[in-house]
Amino acid sequence: MKEYKTITKVAGPLIFVEKTEPVGFGELVMVTLPDGTVRRGQVLDSAKGMVVVQSFEGTRGIDTSSVVRFTGDIVKLACSKDMLGRILSGSGDPIDGGPKIVPEDRIPVIGAAINPYARTYPREFIQTGISAIDGMNTLIRGQKLPIFSGSGLPHNDIALQIARQAKVLGTGEEFAVIFAAMGITHEEAYQFMKDFERTGALERAVVFLNLANDPAIERLLTPKMALTAAEFLAYEYDLHILVILTDFTNYCEALREMSAAREEVPGRRGYPGYMYTDLATNYERAGRIRGRKGTITQFPVLSMPADDITHPIPDLTGYITEGQIVLSRELHAKGIYPPINVLPSLSRLMKEGIGEGMTRDDHPQWNDQMYAAYAEGVDLRGLVAIVGEEALSEKDRRFLRFADEFERRWLQQDRYEDRTIDQTLDLGWELLSMLPEAELVKIETKFIEKYHPAYRKKGAEAAEEAA
Amino acid sequence: MEVETVGEKVGEVYRVSGPLVVAEGFKARMYDVCKVGEEGLLGEVVGLAGDRLLVQVYEDTSGIKPGDKVEGTGMPLSIDLGPGIMRSIYDGIQRPLPVMKEIAGDFITRGIEADGIDMKAKWEFNPVLKKGDNVKGGEILGTVQETEIIEHKILVPPDVSGTITDLYSGSFTVQDTIGVLDNGTELRLYHRWPVRIPRPYVEKLPPVIPLMTGQRIFDTLFPMAKGGTGAIPGGFGTGKTVTQHQLARWSDSNVIVYVGCGERGNEMTEVLEEFPELLDPKTGKPLMERATLVANTSNMPVAAREASVYTGMTIAEYYRDMGYDVAVQADSTSRWAEAMREMSGRLEEMPGEEGYPAYLASRLAEFYERAGRVKTLGGQIGSVSVVGAVSPPGGDFSEPVTQNTLRIVKVFWALDTKLAARRHFPAINWLQSYSLYAETLAEWFRENVSPEWTELRTWMMEVLQEEANLMEIVMLVGKDALPEVQRILLEVARYIREVYLSQYAYHEVDTYCSTQKQYDMMKAIKELDDIFHKALDAGKTIDEIENVEGREDFARAKFSEDYKPLLDEAVNKIRNALLGGGA
Repeated sequence: MKEYKTITKVAGPLIFVEKTEPVGFGELVMVTLPDGTVRRGQVLDSAKGMVVVQSFEGTRGIDTSSVVRFTGDIVKLACSKDMLGRILSGSGDPIDGGPKIVPEDRIPVIGAAINPYARTYPREFIQTGISAIDGMNTLIRGQKLPIFSGSGLPHNDIALQIARQAKVLGTGEEFAVIFAAMGITHEEAYQFMKDFERTGALERAVVFLNLANDPAIERLLTPKMALTAAEFLAYEYDLHILVILTDFTNYCEALREMSAAREEVPGRRGYPGYMYTDLATNYERAGRIRGRKGTITQFPVLSMPADDITHPIPDLTGYITEGQIVLSRELHAKGIYPPINVLPSLSRLMKEGIGEGMTRDDHPQWNDQMYAAYAEGVDLRGLVAIVGEEALSEKDRRFLRFADEFERRWLQQDRYEDRTIDQTLDLGWELLSMLPEAELVKIETKFIEKYHPAYRKKGAEAAEEAA
Repeated sequence: MEVETVGEKVGEVYRVSGPLVVAEGFKARMYDVCKVGEEGLLGEVVGLAGDRLLVQVYEDTSGIKPGDKVEGTGMPLSIDLGPGIMRSIYDGIQRPLPVMKEIAGDFITRGIEADGIDMKAKWEFNPVLKKGDNVKGGEILGTVQETEIIEHKILVPPDVSGTITDLYSGSFTVQDTIGVLDNGTELRLYHRWPVRIPRPYVEKLPPVIPLMTGQRIFDTLFPMAKGGTGAIPGGFGTGKTVTQHQLARWSDSNVIVYVGCGERGNEMTEVLEEFPELLDPKTGKPLMERATLVANTSNMPVAAREASVYTGMTIAEYYRDMGYDVAVQADSTSRWAEAMREMSGRLEEMPGEEGYPAYLASRLAEFYERAGRVKTLGGQIGSVSVVGAVSPPGGDFSEPVTQNTLRIVKVFWALDTKLAARRHFPAINWLQSYSLYAETLAEWFRENVSPEWTELRTWMMEVLQEEANLMEIVMLVGKDALPEVQRILLEVARYIREVYLSQYAYHEVDTYCSTQKQYDMMKAIKELDDIFHKALDAGKTIDEIENVEGREDFARAKFSEDYKPLLDEAVNKIRNALLGGGA
């Protein structure tokens, strides 16, 4: 293997090496510093006699006497079932003090696109135990459903709660969790680790940690590492994998940093024009494949800069993912957990995964009704601010109260409260019964008679009498 | 098609940067196809710089290094046109995805070679011409029953002409010779055509026939013409893809070409699982029998995404040349524009607006101009209608792709985030949208549906416009301050919005609305308008009108297969309630 001492220029994370033999695009590169430490990188641009290398681990300490070695190999992850229970760095090395992972296979992290013809449409309901998700933005096995959050909001708590509670009804199959931290703080990571350890979830988890003080460019590798591990466990060991990736905003910042270093023409807000494609190559590594048992469900977390949903990061993400869970600062300020604003939230795969035989027969119409009633109540709040509550009709006041109760009783739940889908739906019915029955126009009479508390009470009385 | 080659055909890689490979040591022309490296990755020459060639490669270039072989094919990027296209699903450069799966498994790997159509399948060919006939390009030689619905017309390739010296009938593969011309040209069931070159035709005809979609807001308010162009811009979650699917399902075209350009994998899977199940409303046969899909999802190579819209368009033109009406659905043209931007960036071209190349507008125009209703070379009349979804960043229509598209297309269906948030679907904003075909198509509606059609349509548009004006006042002073006549207008507008314009794509009946049903519903709403005004004159209060019994029956009638009696009954109930029996 050829080694070179011909570094001519270093710019940010980029290393320019001259007078090389032909080097393959995307090749893994080892740079040995004078003090013996080794930094890894990847070939970004390879021309005759000149190669540009992107260093994953920063360029601090690199000088012109550093030795560059091209490995002839692309970046791979050593995969093994023994990864479960382990904590790895953002570039895949064990950092939990345990032994090295003996690889069963070494897999390129870049990943290949799933042939759309080989996919099968996701239809299985995942019960997360969180009402706002199960009831109105249902998560489906094989879906990619991001949390759009903001700084200071409890997105990590929600991600953790989902990791703890997610299950597919009736199968008893558990999820293995792959957790990839990109540029989060030590404290946040500690919160995750502590929870994993305490609940024993770590045994069924693989953790990739790239913390805020780790090299930013390493972050570009972290989700690819995590998803490679997910694919290995899902497709080789038939496991159902839940991948939590937090925080994609940091990933995109790293992408922008890289693009700026390469002096590329910037797109919106300085992010590179290929950010959509780049994000898609991560997010699209979710799904189900016909004839394979394992599945990959993605739960990316991103914080919207200045809570702006039109910012390029949430915007491009929303175009790729199958919906979004949007957190609200206003609900958070009211002390409501989880502060999920169901109005802009959406699960695109929900329609195929709910209803009779999957959740409950009344679920689709119940959802339309809850959404409409809450939207109406929230609208009325705007009106109250102008004209005062006295000016409202009795009917409007009921909607207003519905919206309040919706937030306080239905949305609000404990971080350790694991509601079944029946509990979620029944609690919703209790709230709906606050409204005049004639207003429940989105629900067919047969469901009203079956689930509306007023009828249930009658039904129960009748049953008692009969007994 | 024979193309003479130029100079040396084999050279080597000089530089590689992502999908862009710089090659040297051989000559090729712009847009010639090259094969790069040992695996023969497909690429296309997109620039010449001195002795070097800039090649955009359609596949992942990891591992390619300077010195690797680059081979010119001397041919522009071309696709196979012949029987077997219907029912197929392709990637961006016409490789069938099922074949790729057979070769490479569940994931798409590099260097897969696959023919666009099955070269071994046998087709029964029935000639319509005979020995001694003079033929020119584009004429129909005979037919092949391609699917249960589509009779595939075998065309003389556009650049071929002569006198037939032999024409056989019987069972052939697409590569077999089915006939010979006096100049020695052998005729086959298929030919190849370069995707970037529009297929020729005799003349363009005015778009005077509507493309009926079964979607009320489109057909009634903003109609599309056969051979027309339209755009659906909208932010995420506004229902672009559902709308595109609806158009593919229900539009009354003969052939559907659905191009999934840089979109979600699961969405393509949905189409793939659904189209063979869905029955065509006209023939009762599966929709897939007359459809083809081009699927280049967002994580598939970006250069092939750029090519995918041309692949789809060329297939569409080919079926147009057989005399069919073809609808092309491109979802999403923004991803195509982004692929252009990405390649342009790698070529280090001077960027235009928001980093898009300066030729964005002309490329979009060229693409949409390939639509149209035409007289074909073979003397048939066929059409290609194009509807492109646009995904503007942040839902902001002022961005370059939306703006440049709007300068070309004649129909603008504006998706509205606010309507989508209120779960009003299709979330088409009726004030922002327009159709420049409305005037030219009015004639057709008058003759084929009802003389009153245009009048009713205009009335609805006026009511909606007036409602918007009134709502501004309502926002300031409240509804109660309006005179009663205006409150009736608001009430009628509500019926138009909630009953007429709102349409449930997932409801088995409401998903498709025939022209007759549209007319009946419009007429019924107009009747309500009359009743309300009469009721007001007769001294009824606005509250009574707003809460009149029968209003829910009226709203529900559209969900029934046999809607007409229910609709009439509801109108009668409302009339009786407000005006008394027999009025």
